[in-house]
Amino acid sequence: MTEAIVMDGVHKRYGEKRALDGLDLAVRSGTVHGVLGPNGAGKTTAVRIMSTLLRHDAGRVTVAGLDVRERAAEVRRRIGLLGQHAALDEKLGGRQNLEMFGRLYHLGARRAGSRADELLERFGLADAGRKAVERYSGGMRRRLDLAASLITDPDVLFLDEPTTGLDPRGRTEVWEAVRSLVGGGATVLLTTQYLEEADQLADRISLIDGGRAVAEGTPDELKSRVGGDRIDVVLRDASRLAEAGALLGGDDVTLDPDRRLIGAPAPDRMAALTRTVRALEEAGIEAEDVAVRRPTLDEVFLFLTGRPDGERRTGAGGTARTGRTAENGPAEVAA
Amino acid sequence: MSATATTASGGTPPAPGPHRAPAAPEPGGAASRLGWAAADSWTMTRRELARWARQPVAVVVNLAFPVMLLLMFTYLVGGGRGVDGDPTAYLVPGMLALTMAFGLESTMLAVTQDLGKGVIDRFRSMPMAPGAVLVGRSAADMLQSVAALAVMTGVGYAVGWRWHHGPTAALGAMGLLLLLRFAMLWVGIHLALVAGRPEMVSAVQILVWPVGFLSNVFAAPGSMPAWLGAVVEWNPMSATATAVRDLFGNPGATSGSWAAEHAGLLAVLWPTAIIAVFFPLAVRRFTRIGR
Repeated sequence: MTEAIVMDGVHKRYGEKRALDGLDLAVRSGTVHGVLGPNGAGKTTAVRIMSTLLRHDAGRVTVAGLDVRERAAEVRRRIGLLGQHAALDEKLGGRQNLEMFGRLYHLGARRAGSRADELLERFGLADAGRKAVERYSGGMRRRLDLAASLITDPDVLFLDEPTTGLDPRGRTEVWEAVRSLVGGGATVLLTTQYLEEADQLADRISLIDGGRAVAEGTPDELKSRVGGDRIDVVLRDASRLAEAGALLGGDDVTLDPDRRLIGAPAPDRMAALTRTVRALEEAGIEAEDVAVRRPTLDEVFLFLTGRPDGERRTGAGGTARTGRTAENGPAEVAA
Repeated sequence: MSATATTASGGTPPAPGPHRAPAAPEPGGAASRLGWAAADSWTMTRRELARWARQPVAVVVNLAFPVMLLLMFTYLVGGGRGVDGDPTAYLVPGMLALTMAFGLESTMLAVTQDLGKGVIDRFRSMPMAPGAVLVGRSAADMLQSVAALAVMTGVGYAVGWRWHHGPTAALGAMGLLLLLRFAMLWVGIHLALVAGRPEMVSAVQILVWPVGFLSNVFAAPGSMPAWLGAVVEWNPMSATATAVRDLFGNPGATSGSWAAEHAGLLAVLWPTAIIAVFFPLAVRRFTRIGR
């Protein structure tokens, strides 16, 4: 399987700050790849480098098989970019924007116009085509922005935090639009701070922190890194939370008093369920709900990056360089 | 335009997908590259014109501001100190030169606002000619300046100002004024690319005033202390104002200094020198965004 995007040991500094510190990334053609990380992890810097907006200091970056530094013009003909901020002329109408971008892709005046109409129709903006973009809602603006990145149906589409700042409805709109793209043969690279978003949309995920990749794999692979399944218990009486937590045992128990929730490891699934229910019954603690589930990406992320002693982080970053596959990636070293 | 002619040269097959989308054509050679650069520049100019059509009030305010200054200095402040002859006939050409020079602010503001928006990122991530954004900006600003000159001369006519040396000389004067505007345009673009923040625009807007007033636009240098008069005479704006007054046949300030005697030459040399410095700087700066 060919790789649509490769980043190999990419470094980028802004003065003293290291935005990217040896980032490795490999995205297979025709997949949706999520790049997940907290604010300041280097997600946007990476996207700006891949989309030719920013030059990296060291390392190698290819997009659609082309080196972004040496063949930027060719790369630009093959990519679409949805940046964090709407890349639209706010004063112009939605159709005017799309037509302008179509002309700049050298489609010719007539094709640019008809393509603008097609895209407005497809993204449900046909009625708003004449309205100035500054009067659009957040979700509409994002959809128009997405339409603008799809004028020539790019080989590689970059979506940099596509739903940041949107309300839940706008978010759903954008998710639906992204899902409708998948299967068209394009490769999509999606950055996000929302674990749910990566979980929903991405085939594979790279976790990045401090400008480098700390783990890579399918959502399921990453979740299994945390050490298997979890059991959630919701108590009727929050005051017995600590007591129940001690019963369920181990150091790896999370207590959430607001939701009266206990989380505990359940590597043996059904056996853990039976054990838990019996233990609570014997202690006379009433449970409202008990469920066995896969760990969330939130837990994966905390597990891989959130240790205050930094042990895992140094272990992961210091030794690993490739991270091409989940099997020999940096996370393996970490775990 | 050439965009329709050049699409035929890019013969790449459409990308696979459920909907048939057009592929961005590849350039066929130097000629089509040049054709695209022209088409892109025209697209960017159209963009600015479409923005005007969407904001007619802003367009009117921009045109009204220099008119307001002209009327203020004619009737309220009493410009034209130390001039032999009609102060209005002295003021109007000076105000035309000042309006051209102040164009620096509007260029800088427009470029700064554009840079602050994501739209520049989209332009830069597209296969368009890199200079087209700047060409579009300068074409729009020059058109705006032509409109400003037309309105100002109309108002000047209404307050009693006339040209006396015929339409050819008057057109020559307009040419010198637009040359000054073109020079200020590239200074404005360069400052916006270097400073790039709205706060810096305010700073430049404040600084433009003393530089503008340190000229012979409102008063004859002879009415100032000798050292100040000398500084004022060498101000590029003074050169343009004096040369334009000569071409219109309006009263000037006859100090007899070298700068005043050779105002016509300086009115060409100054802007040309400014363009020679700031045009390459601005273009270089623009293409290096992100490096």
